[in-house]
Amino acid sequence: MLDTFVLLSAEADAGFLASLNQRLNLGDIIVTVVFFTILMVLLKKFAWGPLMGVMDQRAQLIATEIEQAEKSRQESAKLLEEQRALLKEARDNAQSIVEQAKKQGETQREELVTAARAEVNRMKESATLEIATEKEKAVAAVREEFVSLSILAASKVLGKEISEEDNRALIEETIVKAGEGR
Amino acid sequence: MNHENPHFDLFGIGFNPSNILMLFVTCLVVFLIAVASTRRLQMKPTGMQNFMEWVMDFVKGIIKNNMDWKTGGRFHVLGITLIMFVFVANMLGLPFAIVWDHELWWKSPTADPVITLTLASTVVALTHFYGIKQLGIGGYFKTYFQPIPFLAPLKIIEEFANTLTLGLRLYGNIFAGEILIGLLAALGASSVFGLAGAVVPALAWLGFSVFIGAIQAFIFVMLTMVYMAHKVSTDH
Repeated sequence: MLDTFVLLSAEADAGFLASLNQRLNLGDIIVTVVFFTILMVLLKKFAWGPLMGVMDQRAQLIATEIEQAEKSRQESAKLLEEQRALLKEARDNAQSIVEQAKKQGETQREELVTAARAEVNRMKESATLEIATEKEKAVAAVREEFVSLSILAASKVLGKEISEEDNRALIEETIVKAGEGR
Repeated sequence: MNHENPHFDLFGIGFNPSNILMLFVTCLVVFLIAVASTRRLQMKPTGMQNFMEWVMDFVKGIIKNNMDWKTGGRFHVLGITLIMFVFVANMLGLPFAIVWDHELWWKSPTADPVITLTLASTVVALTHFYGIKQLGIGGYFKTYFQPIPFLAPLKIIEEFANTLTLGLRLYGNIFAGEILIGLLAALGASSVFGLAGAVVPALAWLGFSVFIGAIQAFIFVMLTMVYMAHKVSTDH
């Protein structure tokens, strides 16, 4: 070991590199570095670069997707709130409509009932009136008939010509009296 | 067990063709895995793309543990390449070793100290480079006197110690693993009884070696980022 050092220092200037070369695989060192560098450059160009690009792209995509999802979530929440409000409004509307209809129906019924009642009353009244006039008419007719029959009967019974004019007044009076007495 | 390493000289520089072969195989495997898994990139990842994204996030986590992502993001590519490279390199020597004419040809490239120390030195050199780039020359030298000035010699020694331990830890773990696998394989090949005795420990050790290989790859990248963070951030 010491010998080599002495030897090395002795030939330090002249054959130092050659002597080093005898002991050291200088070529291997160069080849290692060169191969590794070439490999790194090639991989960066053909493998790592594109892969990193895709990974970055994916990260970006995910970020935008998350953002969009958040946005759409908010939007849908807003829409839901809107729909809920609309539904509530519609329900209120429906209820008021139903109530109104009910009220209207009630009033209409009442109106109809009163109208019908009035009509009935009117009809009843007119009927009574008619009945009364008819009865009057009938009574008058009967009375007339009765008078002439009475006169005929009296004239036949008495056989005597009595002045119709005189007696008629008398008979009518009797009949009226009889009618009242009845 | 006594293998020679193949050797040839080119332009007066010594090469170990076995190392070159294994480094090339490692690079090829890593490249094929990476490209195959990023062949059809999709927003919704499936299969291999999932795995690669997991690796990326894993390395990202390591970096984020040591520094903020704004300064650490530039080391992401280095970290992923390093972890894949070291892991694949550790795995290559596990299934078998090929010896040709007493020369070891197929092994883990990380079972050679020259390669691991080269990786470690490269990493430490990068930390110095980025330290100067990030803090400026003055700021960079100031870090040596930072907490207590008289510890500056220790801090300088630390740089060399870091390099040595970073490289030798990896080398030691993988080399020892391969030696033991080689011994168990030799025992298994010796006789029927040897085979019976070697099967269970060999399987156990292979499983453990896979674990060690993964752990060492993780530790290598972890320490790389720790050293990097020491150099580039001011809050340490």
